[in-house]
Amino acid sequence: MHGTIPPAAAEAPFRLPRFGYLHCFWGIQKREILRFLLQRGRFLSTLVRPLVWLFIFAAGFRSVLGVSIIPPYETYVLYEVYVTPGLCAMILLFAGMQSSLSMVYDREVGSMRILLTSPYPRWYLLASKLVAGTTIAVVQVYAYLAIAYWWEVEPPPIGYLVALPAVFLSGLMLGSIGLFVSSLIKQLENFASVMNFIIFPMFFTSSALYPLWRVKESSLLLYYICTLNPFTYTVELIRFGLHAKIDAPQSWADFVAMFTAMGKANALDPFAGDHPAFIALLVVVTTTALFMGLAILAYDPSRGLIGRRGGPEGAAS
Amino acid sequence: MIETAGRTAGAVVPAIEVAHVSHAFGARKALDDVSLSVPQGAFVALLGLNGAGKTTLFSLLTRLYDNVTGRIAIMGSDLRRRPTEALGRLGVVFQARTLDPDLTVLQNFTYHASLHGLSRAEGRHRAERLLARFSLADRLNDKVRSLSGGQARRVEIARSLLHDPRVVILDEPTVGLDIAARQDIVSLVRRLVDEDGLSVLWATHLFDEVRPADPIVLLHKGRVLARGTTPDLCAQAGEPSLAGAFRKITGTPTEEAA
Repeated sequence: MHGTIPPAAAEAPFRLPRFGYLHCFWGIQKREILRFLLQRGRFLSTLVRPLVWLFIFAAGFRSVLGVSIIPPYETYVLYEVYVTPGLCAMILLFAGMQSSLSMVYDREVGSMRILLTSPYPRWYLLASKLVAGTTIAVVQVYAYLAIAYWWEVEPPPIGYLVALPAVFLSGLMLGSIGLFVSSLIKQLENFASVMNFIIFPMFFTSSALYPLWRVKESSLLLYYICTLNPFTYTVELIRFGLHAKIDAPQSWADFVAMFTAMGKANALDPFAGDHPAFIALLVVVTTTALFMGLAILAYDPSRGLIGRRGGPEGAAS
Repeated sequence: MIETAGRTAGAVVPAIEVAHVSHAFGARKALDDVSLSVPQGAFVALLGLNGAGKTTLFSLLTRLYDNVTGRIAIMGSDLRRRPTEALGRLGVVFQARTLDPDLTVLQNFTYHASLHGLSRAEGRHRAERLLARFSLADRLNDKVRSLSGGQARRVEIARSLLHDPRVVILDEPTVGLDIAARQDIVSLVRRLVDEDGLSVLWATHLFDEVRPADPIVLLHKGRVLARGTTPDLCAQAGEPSLAGAFRKITGTPTEEAA
């Protein structure tokens, strides 16, 4: 009854449909968009959060916290202007964790199983899902920027265009962290701890609310934590993007100089070189690759944690 | 939909081949050296109580978990080495509902179609054809939430056929349905086997869903305790009914084996 299995005789070889990869990618995007349109409350809450920070927190802080002229700014800027890239990154951070939450939800309600029984490679399915979640987050960021414009946050028009890939890449990075986190969370209730242990520490130990030189003045330890936090680099990438100040090193020597400059300041400063935005870009791309790789490993049935640990509730019966 | 000519190959390549598969969650062994075979065009009943390991086996068959020991092949394609070929020919109906309740029936279908590389137009075309066959054509644009339990199940079965699989596995598809809806689902799936030559692995703990001539695989506490048709099992246990044979073979008290 169950000896060795002979090759499939009289069976036409299996072929995936033409343009199947594209249809699969677009289908996943479409479902995320449909789900997003169904949850208008989610859109409003993600928009309200940074706006509250902008209208209330930033308004209160502008008199207390002076921001000196630091790149990419060429003049003194309002605190609202300073804090806007951080709030854009905050939207992406929440969206990334939200998609992580929806992955856990999908696992519990079973739609994740439908996704994972697709014949397409699992890395492709996960990457498609990541891009879908990020696209929606980018729309939210631009909705926020449109409202912030009426609040005197007026980056140069070209900045909106240059910031687009920066925002998208940052969204991918935070989404890939979320994807990895989703593979670690077994149940939906654990999301509260994600808030406490990921979102808040990431946001507060970054350059989102205060420039790094100010953090360094008050605590060198906190400063180092900030420089190790990948969220800092998404904030800076968006900041430089919004002011259309992203430039790459022109030569190999220039590239090396970027790194040697880091150690020349009195404390290690990743942004000390001539191309701080490029450093931010490097860190964001590397972190995305790292966490995407980890998420793919975690969701891979042969290596992943899911099968070993018992997977979704009830699946082991 | 599926040409009956495929049956001629049944003698050579089984639709599903599970050979010496074990799976453990930590120290707890969920499956212990399980082997079974579903010939092409056959309706095979996987009979077992809750906790027998049916869902774990389904998770392995769908590659949600990896089969580390033993070997699983769908239509001759090894699930580990050629997952694309294996999964592309497999239709699945999970025990838990997997339709998105907030989307319409059509949206659920086109999403599933895209996961198998089909265009939206092709997905829609196939959805219309399948739903007409399942007497659900008028529910195409309704939200899944508005369907009755039986209708939702029929929609799920129709969806599992969307990519023209040769094999469909169903994990307790009638759980939670009333008697009329249950009979409806069972006869629907049997029609697919009889008319289209579809191969089916049907997991259940309900004896009345099994016909005397159906091959049965009796799974209990992660082990296959018996194989054969109802008369085979009755003869093996020396009991007149399948329920009696099941109780005797598994050693379960009367009230547990419904």
